[in-house]
Amino acid sequence: MKRFIGFIKKEFFHIFRDKRSLFILFGMPIAQILLFGFAVTNEINNVKLAIYDQANDVESQKLIQNIASSSYFDVEKMLYNKEEVAATFKQGQVKAILIFEPDFAKKLTKEGVADIQVVTDATEPNTAMTITNYIAAIIKKYNDNFNKITTTPYQIQTNSRMLYNPELKSVFMFVPGVMTIILMLVSAMMTSISITREKEIGTMEILLVSPLKPLQVILGKVFPYIFLSIINAVVILLLGFFVFGMPMQGSLFLLGLESILFIISALALGILISTISETQQTAMMISLMGLLLPVILLSGFIFPIASMPKPLQWLSNIVPATWYIIIIKGIMLKGVGLLTLWKESLILLGMTLFFILLSVKKYKIRLE
Amino acid sequence: MKREHSISVKNLTKKFGDFTAVDAISFTVKKGEIFGFLGANGAGKTTAMKMLIGISKPTSGEAEVAGFDVYKSTEKIKKNIGYMSQKFALYDDLTVRENAQFFGGIYGLSKKVIKERTQAFISELGIDDIADHLVGSLPLGWKQKLAFSVALLHRPQIIFLDEPTGGVDPITRRQFWEMIYKQAHQGTTIFVTTHYMDEAEYCDRVSIMVAGKIEALDSPENLRKQFAVNSMNEVFLKLARG
Repeated sequence: MKRFIGFIKKEFFHIFRDKRSLFILFGMPIAQILLFGFAVTNEINNVKLAIYDQANDVESQKLIQNIASSSYFDVEKMLYNKEEVAATFKQGQVKAILIFEPDFAKKLTKEGVADIQVVTDATEPNTAMTITNYIAAIIKKYNDNFNKITTTPYQIQTNSRMLYNPELKSVFMFVPGVMTIILMLVSAMMTSISITREKEIGTMEILLVSPLKPLQVILGKVFPYIFLSIINAVVILLLGFFVFGMPMQGSLFLLGLESILFIISALALGILISTISETQQTAMMISLMGLLLPVILLSGFIFPIASMPKPLQWLSNIVPATWYIIIIKGIMLKGVGLLTLWKESLILLGMTLFFILLSVKKYKIRLE
Repeated sequence: MKREHSISVKNLTKKFGDFTAVDAISFTVKKGEIFGFLGANGAGKTTAMKMLIGISKPTSGEAEVAGFDVYKSTEKIKKNIGYMSQKFALYDDLTVRENAQFFGGIYGLSKKVIKERTQAFISELGIDDIADHLVGSLPLGWKQKLAFSVALLHRPQIIFLDEPTGGVDPITRRQFWEMIYKQAHQGTTIFVTTHYMDEAEYCDRVSIMVAGKIEALDSPENLRKQFAVNSMNEVFLKLARG
């Protein structure tokens, strides 16, 4: 035990004397969470609109008023002929143009159907889609009010409500995602680098020739990173909570346990990577390409899994991060417990055990 | 009981699949002897050495190191030997004292003992002024002398040196060999691999490995006579070229 403590002390010397690893360990989580929280966002705000109102009657004015008064849109410009529509887009002044057909109010009251055309600049497809949805929502609300006044019988009203994240805040997506990335990065990449570093400078040999058991060497290497990962998780949660108002509906204890499980699976992956790489650079490349990219692309952090092609959906199932994200979102946003998440937790546990066994086996083969 | 031999090896063999890296080598090393273990790259000397220091299991044959069997008692062997590789292998981002503290610690030495022994070698090398500097800031020659001193902290019976003088200047090499002699006089057995044939002349006895077998084993003087040449270099070339 005394030897083990000495080992860990040495490991902390390495970490705290290396500015680069200090930065990765503590600078990056904070930078990432702030970056994702403030800059990278799916929400739209103050989008510039132009309106070509051919009707210019009471109802069209009312609807324009509704749109202009929302915080999502600014009416930048009124257009007066068809030529201006194309020209305005080309100049890139606005993201969308609303075109009211002539006799808008008349058609709406007499025939019950009136057309509004929403033209969006789809050079940014996601933004275009979001804008269309937001405008449609405003029009629908207006439509519902209109129906209430005229009291037409047998009308069907759809009433949508956004659960768990009513304001559609993207930061609620990013906090769990960033936490996953950081834990993966710190646990897997940093351990694999620090173990290969010992191989590179030749100290690994010395350690193996010493009376320390190989298992003690590896545990000594990973232990500091478990500790630092937990600190990181806490920092991210605090930032999410105090800076972005991230809710914490479920059990903090369960969240902690699941996080430790995920950290251990990432550490096992890190050990696995260190057994197959000879240099720190290789270890870093494998970690980035083999672990970080799948976490970002396949885990559902940025791209929803349901909208992926089938083969990628299968692939996303073998990424531990996928399950961890489901679990922590469930706990933080929905407040559910193990009763609901037992399947995901079991899968994560299974994966963790598998990676541990695999890395121990690989490590032993190397020693032969 | 007083043992004559620090290391005794009989028909030691290591195979990797069909390839025989070490082919039934036999030799003994006396206590306090400086034993040179020579061979071209790929001749199998590193593999042989790995079996002796307990990090590689032999395929067949017998070997005893410091009185312990390499199959059954690798843990005891590890406690009784020291090892220093060609990479010198101290941590660059720790100071001299911290390195000593760490390596002494993993051999289970108490803090007090480590402190005393560290101070002893620091005074002996006359490096009080740099003992609290990071090892990374020291010249290569110093690092290697320090690595040797640190490898001796737990007072091993045998020390294995794997090409310890690679890449250092002739003066430092000379000083390093003086350290080796001093240890041998105090009764430590020295098992050393090297590429430098002038260093082979410093050894009490030398073995030369070619393609997994020991082709020659004797004192440098006898080897020169046996092959009727003037230097170890010529002995080596004659053997290595077949």
